[in-house]
Amino acid sequence: MLMSLSGIVFGVGFFIVTQAQTSGFEEFFVKTILGTNGAIRIEDKLQATMFFMPAEGFEHSKFVVETPREARKYVEGVEEPDAMMDALRKFRNVSGVSIIVEGSVIADSSFKNDTAKVLGIRLEDHLAVSELAAQVARGSGSLENFRTTPQGLLMGMELAKRLQLSVGDSLILRAGTEQRRYRLSGIFTTGVRDIDRVRIYMHLGEARSLLKKTTGASSIQVALFDRERAPQDAEQMEKVLKHGAQSWQEREVSWLEAFHALQISAALTVSTIILISGLGMFNTLAMIVIEKTKEIAILRSMGYSRQDIARIFIWLGTIVLVLGTIGGWALGAGVTYGVSKYPIHLRGIFSADNFQVHWSIWHYVVATITATVVVMTAAIIPARRAARLEPGDIIRGTSQ
Amino acid sequence: MSAAINSTADIALRCANLHRYLGHGEGRVHVLRGVSFEARRGNVTAIVGPSGCGKSTTLYLLGLLDRPDDGSIWIRDQLMSNSSDTDRTDARGEHIGFVFQFHFLLQEFSALDNVMMPMRKLGRLGEEEMAARAVSLLKDVGLGDKTHRLATQLSGGEQQRVAIARALANQPAIILADEPTGNLDAKNSGIVFDLLTRLAKENGQAVVLVTHNPDIANRCDEIKPMRDGEFVV
Repeated sequence: MLMSLSGIVFGVGFFIVTQAQTSGFEEFFVKTILGTNGAIRIEDKLQATMFFMPAEGFEHSKFVVETPREARKYVEGVEEPDAMMDALRKFRNVSGVSIIVEGSVIADSSFKNDTAKVLGIRLEDHLAVSELAAQVARGSGSLENFRTTPQGLLMGMELAKRLQLSVGDSLILRAGTEQRRYRLSGIFTTGVRDIDRVRIYMHLGEARSLLKKTTGASSIQVALFDRERAPQDAEQMEKVLKHGAQSWQEREVSWLEAFHALQISAALTVSTIILISGLGMFNTLAMIVIEKTKEIAILRSMGYSRQDIARIFIWLGTIVLVLGTIGGWALGAGVTYGVSKYPIHLRGIFSADNFQVHWSIWHYVVATITATVVVMTAAIIPARRAARLEPGDIIRGTSQ
Repeated sequence: MSAAINSTADIALRCANLHRYLGHGEGRVHVLRGVSFEARRGNVTAIVGPSGCGKSTTLYLLGLLDRPDDGSIWIRDQLMSNSSDTDRTDARGEHIGFVFQFHFLLQEFSALDNVMMPMRKLGRLGEEEMAARAVSLLKDVGLGDKTHRLATQLSGGEQQRVAIARALANQPAIILADEPTGNLDAKNSGIVFDLLTRLAKENGQAVVLVTHNPDIANRCDEIKPMRDGEFVV
């Protein structure tokens, strides 16, 4: 029984630890993505090829014909970004909006050149929809320098390394026939290698001039108070603003699904520890039923009912469950804390210097439910068997 | 079959025409062949006979631990032979006390806990009253100074005396004893038998015991010899 108890403790504990880790990395990835690309992006103007058409009896009917998603056409960019920003700010869940003018350039340093993606922004607006301040703080240089330098740039760390540039160095950006000299005000690191390798931020006016996009915007980045409501808000924005709106969940669906699959896989793997412990406990209880048949018969002769006998074994299971679960919670919490302090150097889809964990009561609840199902199933079967024993057969010594 | 059988108030247990088969198929044996019997309050009845004649089977049927294939059993005028498992269980707890050849004490518990066990189930008394009654019963069987000893720390004779105290715990109308002295030496056999009969008579309980021991049988109020599943005169 002690082995079964230990198994439940380890099973519940490791269940909690693996869930805390996988969801910790997922949470960190989501934070990184939201801090870099925002919760929603408004990109292209939607051009309906079918128009809204009220069905017969429009005043009383809820039936309307809408343009199906696959029949829509999009016109690149946002034509009137300022009007769009005003409209977006009216959404209750919107906490910040930032216009982005985007284009491809070639960056020339004294040593080499490389392709890059320029994002023209209004700094204050963009700080409200991103973690740019923290990303620069993790890199080098300063936002203040960028703010006060019209020709200043903020460059991703990977790109700066490839061009062998440091804060204060100058470089030339070429877009089409246009080429201009800029000064590097700061280096940022989002942690997402694909972004840090190509992205350059510059002032919006300068980007319009360099990219020859004097009006409009490539996209609008939107931050939300409640990020979980992004899909509903994006859908609503798309309907109201007639522009394509993509939530972060839709944008990052492949990564989120990978994390989800990893989480389920870890849960299933660790659940086998609980399952094996449950089998061990089933074995132990089944042996107790065999060893204690005479005691069971004596209790029955004293007036203890079949339910009373079953209850004894259910109680045994419950005690193992309660002790195992509490022990597992303690083990899970302790190891989760320990793991969160363990240093690692991760660079790729995000940048992390220690194990990421996410503390959630649901990890404990799900671990407890899993253990309860396994342990109680393991207890109920021997309990029912014990309750079915006939005292006369046992005492006579002819129990089958 | 009616429960309203003619009975006098001092008949604690009655059975009529009990039949019982054991085993299956070709191994099926007709163990009891129409056993009828009455046990009166304050009376000690010994069922004697050779091994395999059906003594213990009779006792288990009378104690509602087994079901007859035919025949009737009344406990205090209540027909119990065809009653539900719940009713039979309740009747065992309230009206019947068992003493077996092997004491069958719960080894993990003290003598006091073992005696309190039937009382806990019946639930008539509070915790303190149960403990007081258990101590009193253990004193009656001469174990007043060993109430807190585990069953494993008692000798065979002492364990059987605890089993007697346990059988008397709920003041049942009927005590059924299957070879209660079968596992004891002559001295302890005498002590245990004397205790059982004295306490049962003091409390007006009907005692039915199965024994191979002629000395024990001869000291009972009534002897019922049995052979091949029937009582013989």
